[in-house]
Amino acid sequence: MKKCIEGSRAIAEAVNLCRTSVVVAYPITPQTHIVENLSQMKADGEAAFEFLRSESEFAAASIALGASAAGSRTYTATSSQGLLLMTEVVFTISGMRLPIVMTCANRAVSAPINIWNDQQDAMTVRDSGWIMLFAEDNQESLDFHIIAFKVAEQLKIPVMVNVDGFVLTHTFENVDVPEQKEVDAFLPKYVPDEGQYLDVKNPVSLGTFVTPEHYQDIRMDLANDLNEAQKVLVKELTNYRKQFDRGMPELCEFYGDRSAKTIFVAMGSVAGTIKETVDELNAAGKKTAVVRVKCFRPFPVAELVEELSGATNVLVVDKSISLGSEGVLALEVKAALSGRSDAKIKSFVTGLGGRDITREMIKSMYEQSKKNIPGVSFI
Amino acid sequence: MKIKLAVEPGTTNKVKTGNWRIYFPIIDHEKCIACGTCARVCPEGCVFPVGDKALQGKVFYEKDLDYCKGCGLCAEECPVKCIKMELEHK
Repeated sequence: MKKCIEGSRAIAEAVNLCRTSVVVAYPITPQTHIVENLSQMKADGEAAFEFLRSESEFAAASIALGASAAGSRTYTATSSQGLLLMTEVVFTISGMRLPIVMTCANRAVSAPINIWNDQQDAMTVRDSGWIMLFAEDNQESLDFHIIAFKVAEQLKIPVMVNVDGFVLTHTFENVDVPEQKEVDAFLPKYVPDEGQYLDVKNPVSLGTFVTPEHYQDIRMDLANDLNEAQKVLVKELTNYRKQFDRGMPELCEFYGDRSAKTIFVAMGSVAGTIKETVDELNAAGKKTAVVRVKCFRPFPVAELVEELSGATNVLVVDKSISLGSEGVLALEVKAALSGRSDAKIKSFVTGLGGRDITREMIKSMYEQSKKNIPGVSFI
Repeated sequence: MKIKLAVEPGTTNKVKTGNWRIYFPIIDHEKCIACGTCARVCPEGCVFPVGDKALQGKVFYEKDLDYCKGCGLCAEECPVKCIKMELEHK
């Protein structure tokens, strides 16, 4: 049913439709409305999950870990400093192969303190072994959460669904919310593997000490499975499209002129503004296109190389920076294209701490890219 | 996921950590005043009263060398210095 709702409400409805067993969270702007909505659903008797309040994000992540280790479908959400406070547990969750789904309402990181949107928080935990999806709009935010549980539980790898704080979480859009029976048909009941979860009748130890003899093998198993996750993501995006008739199965979305030599690369909601700009540039005879990376981990190298095969000029738009280097997405694009393309790759960092990204700013990137300025440019 | 990560519980009992040791404690029961400090400070919980009493009614303490890592805390804290740490020749 189509509803005009806030992005946070759409995510909360998705989490409830997924028949999540445990929701645990600590409120932080701009994630707050998501967990407020879930808490309200529980208070109003519309939800069957356990809603647990914690004393910090570290506790929230730890409770989520425990609930998932006990075999429950578990959800949490956070932002910015909250994600950083969770960091230690974020690594432990993926290392223990617990299929938790977390929303990160992307926000700038302190200092200076700032509550508005950029993607520095998620980018800072990119090496933690989670699948990381980036939604462009609220429909995709809702859809990604339903797909996230299915992918996480198949692979035993947690999924972080990234939604731009305020830009998506606090914006009202028309969202098609599926019926319970439709979600049930897509997402089966979660059944943890026999003997691999905490059960008083069959005691096991999880998260145990591992010596140098075995540690690397276990990390390699996770690394391989995370890379292989691309296939499962494409399969489930395809299944989702078949059932719900929306969303595309690819991990990199191409938009614009197929013969363009100048191609933008971006993630999240800013892709919408770039698509508008690309339309205007193409109308003015300046052939351009944009590739939106929907999944940052695993990084879809083959798809990206394919979509950028015609490009000589790649403009990477980052809402985060690896301080002392360049935009994080730019570094990934450079690594992906290394030895596979002669294109010039330029890193643009913009929109930090909620700075509005306008079409004029995107056009200025297009103009600046002709000047061969080395290193990162702040727009 | 090729490697299963759950293991059977209680495996700590089976992993004997005594071979990490370089020095091992020797307790002199003549000098021992049976205060129990060694048992209380042992981080492994492997110093314990043995049960039988000496003539003067003292309870002797002994150590479990299967798990003693040779940290020497018992010797350091003993108020009458009746525990000696000696180099273990393996």
